[in-house]
Amino acid sequence: MTTFPLLAVLLPFLAAFAGLLLSRWPRGRARQSNGPAAHVGGTPADEDSARANRRAAWIAVVPTAAAAVLAVWLAWGQGFAFLDGGARSVPVGDTYGAIDTGGVPISLTLQADDLSGLLGVLVTLVALAVQIYSIGYLKDDPRYPSYSAFISLFTSAMLLVVYAGDLLVLYVGWEIMGLCSYLLIGHWWEDRGNSRAAVKAFLVTRLGDVGFLFGIFVLGGAAGSFRIADVLAKVPEMSAGTLVAATMLLLAGVAGKSAQVPLHTWLPDAMAGPTPISALIHAATMVAAGIFLVARLFPAFAAARPTLDVLAVLAALGMLGAALAALAQDDLKRVLAYSTVSQLAYMAGGLAAGSDTATIFHLITHGAFKALLFLCAGVVIHHVGSNLMSQMGGLRRELPITFAATTVGFAALMGLPPFSGFFSKDAVLVAMEGALAGGLTDAAALLLYGCALATVAVTGAYATRAWLRTFFGRTRTVALPEPEPGTAHVIDTREAPPTMLVPVVLLAVPAVLLGFAGGLHLDAPVAVISVVLALLGAAVVYASWRSDPVADPARLLGPLRQPCEQAFYVDHLYAAVIARPIVALAGLVVRTDDTVVDGAVRGSGRSARGLSGLLRLAQNGNVQLYVSGLLAGVLLIVVGAVMFT
Amino acid sequence: MTSWLPVALLAVPLLGAFLLLVAPSLLRPILPAYGMVVSGVTLALAVALVATFDHGQAGRPQATVDLPWVPGLDLRFHLGVDGISLPLVALTALLTFLCFAYLGWGDARRPGQLLHPRPGGARPRALVFTLLVLEVGMIGTFLALDLLLFFVFFEIVLVPMYFLIAIWGGAERRGAAVKFILYTLLGSVVMLLGLLLIWAQTGTLDIVALGQAHGAGMSRAVQVLAFVAVGLGLAVKTPMWPLHTWLPDAHTQAPTVGSVLLAGVLLKMGTYGFARIAIPILPEGAVAVAPWLGAFAVVGIIYGSLACLAQRDLKRMIAYSSVGHMGFVLLGFATLTTVGINGALFANVAHGLITGLLFFLAGAIKDRHHTADIPSLGGGLLARLPHLGAVLTFASIASLGLPGLAGFWGEMLALLGAFQPADVLPRALFLTFMAIGGLGAVLTAAYFLVMLSRATHGVPSVPLPVSAGTGPDDHPADAIVRPAADLAAWETPDERPVAPVGAVPEALDIQRYELVAWVPLIVLILLFGLWPQLLLSLTTPAVQTLLGALS
Repeated sequence: MTTFPLLAVLLPFLAAFAGLLLSRWPRGRARQSNGPAAHVGGTPADEDSARANRRAAWIAVVPTAAAAVLAVWLAWGQGFAFLDGGARSVPVGDTYGAIDTGGVPISLTLQADDLSGLLGVLVTLVALAVQIYSIGYLKDDPRYPSYSAFISLFTSAMLLVVYAGDLLVLYVGWEIMGLCSYLLIGHWWEDRGNSRAAVKAFLVTRLGDVGFLFGIFVLGGAAGSFRIADVLAKVPEMSAGTLVAATMLLLAGVAGKSAQVPLHTWLPDAMAGPTPISALIHAATMVAAGIFLVARLFPAFAAARPTLDVLAVLAALGMLGAALAALAQDDLKRVLAYSTVSQLAYMAGGLAAGSDTATIFHLITHGAFKALLFLCAGVVIHHVGSNLMSQMGGLRRELPITFAATTVGFAALMGLPPFSGFFSKDAVLVAMEGALAGGLTDAAALLLYGCALATVAVTGAYATRAWLRTFFGRTRTVALPEPEPGTAHVIDTREAPPTMLVPVVLLAVPAVLLGFAGGLHLDAPVAVISVVLALLGAAVVYASWRSDPVADPARLLGPLRQPCEQAFYVDHLYAAVIARPIVALAGLVVRTDDTVVDGAVRGSGRSARGLSGLLRLAQNGNVQLYVSGLLAGVLLIVVGAVMFT
Repeated sequence: MTSWLPVALLAVPLLGAFLLLVAPSLLRPILPAYGMVVSGVTLALAVALVATFDHGQAGRPQATVDLPWVPGLDLRFHLGVDGISLPLVALTALLTFLCFAYLGWGDARRPGQLLHPRPGGARPRALVFTLLVLEVGMIGTFLALDLLLFFVFFEIVLVPMYFLIAIWGGAERRGAAVKFILYTLLGSVVMLLGLLLIWAQTGTLDIVALGQAHGAGMSRAVQVLAFVAVGLGLAVKTPMWPLHTWLPDAHTQAPTVGSVLLAGVLLKMGTYGFARIAIPILPEGAVAVAPWLGAFAVVGIIYGSLACLAQRDLKRMIAYSSVGHMGFVLLGFATLTTVGINGALFANVAHGLITGLLFFLAGAIKDRHHTADIPSLGGGLLARLPHLGAVLTFASIASLGLPGLAGFWGEMLALLGAFQPADVLPRALFLTFMAIGGLGAVLTAAYFLVMLSRATHGVPSVPLPVSAGTGPDDHPADAIVRPAADLAAWETPDERPVAPVGAVPEALDIQRYELVAWVPLIVLILLFGLWPQLLLSLTTPAVQTLLGALS
C-alpha cells in the first residue's frame, strides 16, 4: 500500500509516453511507404488514424482507471475524515531517496494523508470521466492520440502535486500542469487565437510560479528542509516576517494557478481548448491545485494574518467581479469560466476566513458539478456547433438527458438544496460569517462576507440565465457558418454518443449526493439567507426572460453590461501596461545591441584599422623618407650618448 | 590504473586527424564512416572513463597523468578528471559523435549532409579533420590540470572553429569568423596575463596544488587583479553580457555542426574555467568580484531574453537565448555556494544538451527552408512537418526550464544559491539578483512560446520567396524544383527547395540520421530532468572541495 501513491502518479505518466510514442507506431511505417499525402485524405490514412485513436483511447483510459482504483483504495480507510475535522490519520507513502543539492536536500516523498487522499479521488475520477468523454468528443480528430496523452500527463502531474511530500517535488508537478494546459488549450493550434490563449495561460501562471518558487525557498530556508511535514512542524518557530513573506510569495503562485485576481485573466481565454479540457482544468486539476496548496500549508497561512487579509480582499473582489462578468457573457463556456473564477474566489475566501475543511468540501463538490457542467456544455456545443448562447435555445427536447444533467449542475452551482453545492457553500458562508467575529481584520471580513452574499445572488442570476437561454425558448435556426477550428466541428441532431453521455450521467450522481458527505452540518439562518438570495437572483432573471424570451437578460445590467462583458478591461490594462512596454523594450534592446554594444566592438575594429592607416603613412615606399628617418634616429642616439656620458 | 584513458581520449582523435593527412586517398571513400568510427571510439573511451570513475571520491582528480613537459619552465603534462570535468568530457565526446552521425549517416542528397562530395566543394576531408582537431582541443581543455596546458588547449579550439565558420558557414561567414577569432583571442590574451600573474606570485602552474592552497601566497589585490583578468578572458568565451556580440554572428553563420559544438561545448569552456581556475585558485578575488559577476549575469539574463523576444531569425534567437542561459550559470558561480555552483554546473551540461538539440533543429529547419527567418517559415510547422515541430516544441520547453526536464534544475539551484549566497556576500543584493533572474525565467518562457506560436502553430501559409544563400550547402535559387501541388486546400504547396540531384521523395520530416543524432540528446534531457541526482552526486563533492575555505 505504501507504493500506491507512486504507482498512481507513474501509471498516467507512463501512459502519456506510451500514448505519444506507440499510438501511431505502425502508421509511421505505413506513411513512409504511402508518401506525404497519406495524412491529407484518402482511406488508408483515415483507417490508420481511426486505429491510432482507438489504441490511444485504450492507452489513456486503462491506466487512468487503474490510478483511480488506487486513489480510491488509498482514500478508503479515512473516508471523509478530513471534512469532519476528525483525527488525522498517518500518511501512507514512502520516500524514494533524496536529491542532494549541496544545501537543503530535496526528498522524493510521495504519500497520501486524509487531505490528499480525498483530492486524489477527485482528480482521478474526473480525469477518467474526461478521458472517456473525449473518446466521443474528439472521435475524428487526427491528433487525438497526443491529446489523450497530454491529459494523462496532466493527471499525473496533478497527482504528483496532491501526493507530494516535499515542496519542490510538488513544484515539479505544479509546473508540468502549466505545460499541459499550454499544450491542451492550444490543441487546435491552426487558429492563432487558440495559440495565443495557450501562451497566455502558460505565461500568466508562470509569472505566479516564480513567486511560488521563491516562497518555497523562504519556507525551506527557514525550516532547513523542503519536506512539508518538517516545514509545518517548524512553523511555530518561524518569525512573523518570514511567514508573511513566504505566504505572500506562495499566494502569487496560488493566484496564478487558481485564477485569482489579479492573475485570473488566462482562465476565460483558456476556453479556446476543447471542452473536456475545460472540465479537467476547471474541476479537478490546475485551478484546484492552488486551493489545495493553501490547504496543505494551512498552518503557515493561518499564522500569517496579513496574508489572510490580502487573500480575503482579493477573493472578495474576484468572486463578485467574475460573477458579474459571467452574467454578461454570450459564450456558454466563458460563462462557466467566469463562474469558476468566482467559485474559486469563494474557496479562497473560505481559506481566508480560516476554514480549510469547508473550503476543501466546496472544492470537491465544485469539482463534481463544474466538471458535469462543462461536459454538458460540451454536448450542447457539439450539438449546436457553436459556443454562443445566442445561437442556442429550446434544446431541452432535443437533449433530454443533457438537460437533466445540466439542471442538476446549475442547481448545485446556485446552492439549492438538496444538491451538493448547497451544503458546501453553506459551510463556506458559515466560516466567513465566523470570521466577522475575529480571525480577519474587520474591514476585510465585512467586505468578504458582503461580497460573498452578493455573489450568491449574482450566481443565481447567471446560472438561471445560461440555463434558460440554452434549453428554453424557441429553437434558433441560424444558418451556421463553416465552423472554425477551436469550436466543435460536428453538427449532430441526436443526443451525444454513449461515450459522452455515460460520464455525464455518472458525474451527475456526486453532483447531487456529495453534499451529504461527512455528515450534515447546517447552519439554518445562513442557509436560508443564501437560498433566498439565490432564488431572488434567479427570479429577477426569470422575470426579465419571461417578458421577452428572445432578448438577453444581461440587459438588466444596464450601463454596466459592457464593462462586465469585457471583464472590467483588465486584459486591456495588462496589454497596455505590461505586454506592450515589454515588446517595445525588446525592440530597444535589439537596436541597442546592434548600435551600442556591437557598435563599440565594430568601432574598436575600425579605430584599429584607422590607427594602422596612420602608421602606414610612414611605410609609403619613399626611400628618401626612410633614409631621413634613419639619419634622424642616429642623430638622436648620438646626441643622447653625448649628453648622458 | 586507468590513467591511460585521458591520454587515449586525446590521442584517438589526434591520430584520426593525422591519418587523414598521411593517407587521404585511402580514407576518402569511407570518410563518413571514418569520422563516426574515430569519434565513436573516443565516445567509448569517455564512457569507459565514466564507468571506471570512482563516484565515492568525485571530489578529487582521478585517472591522472603527470609527466614533465617543458622541464626548464616546470611545465607539466598534467591530466585528470573529477566530478566537475567528467560530465563535460562525456558531453563533448557525445556531441562530437552525434555531429559525425548527423553528417555521415544519411543519404547524400538529404539536407545538411556535408560529408558527401557534391558540386560546390564541401571539402569533406577537411571537415572531418577540423572536427577531430576541435575535439582534441575541447576534451583537452576539460582534462588539463596545468594552467598553461589548459590555456594551450583553450586556444587550440579557436583555430578549427574559425575554419568551421569561415569555410562551411553561411553567406556572411567571413566577417563572423574574423569577429569570433579576434574577440576570443583578445579575451585569451587578457586571461594569459592573469595566469602568468598567478604563476609569478605562486611559482607553480599546477591547478591541483593551487586549488588546495586556496589562494595562499597571493595578496588580496593580486587575487582581485588576477580574477578580473582571468574572468574577462573566460567571460568572453561564456559569453557574459556585454562581451557577447561575437556569439550571435558566429552562431548564425556557422554550419549546423559548428553551432552545435559552439553552443554545446565551447561556451562551457568559459564557465568551466570559473569552476576550475578562477574561483578555487583565487577565492578572495572571487569574493570581491562576485557581486559584479552576479550583476552582469542578471543583466545578461534579462537582456538576452528581451533580445530574443524581438528576434526574427531562429538561429540568432537561440544564440541570444544562450546569453540568457549563461547568465544563470554565471549567477550560480557568483553566489559562491555549493548549491549555486552545483546549479551552474548542472545548467552548463543541460544547456549543452538542450541548446545543442535546438541548434540541430534550427539547422534542420534552415536546410529545408533555406532561411531561418521565422516569419518566412510561414508557420504551421506542426502541420507540415509534425515530427520536426514536435521535437522543436520539446526542445524549446526544455530550454525554458520546465521541471522534469534538464533545464530546470540548473536554473532553480542557481536561484536557490542566490537566495542564500555565501556569508561574505551582501545578501540583499543577491536577493535582488534572484528576483530579476526569476523575471528572466518568465521572459525566457515568453520568447520561446512566442517563437513556437509563430513557427509551429497556425495554418501554414505560403512562405515568402527566399533567395538561396551562397553557402556551400545551399543550392542556387534557379535549381529549386517545386513539387506538384496535389495537396489539400489548407495545406501549402511545398515551398521547400529540392536538391537538383534527383528529387527528394517525400515531405522531409525527420530523417533517420537526424533521429540518430537527436534521440540521445532527448533521452539525456529527460533522464537528467527526472533524475538530477545522477549529475549532482558527481558535482557536489567536487564543488565542496573547490570552495574549500569559502564553504
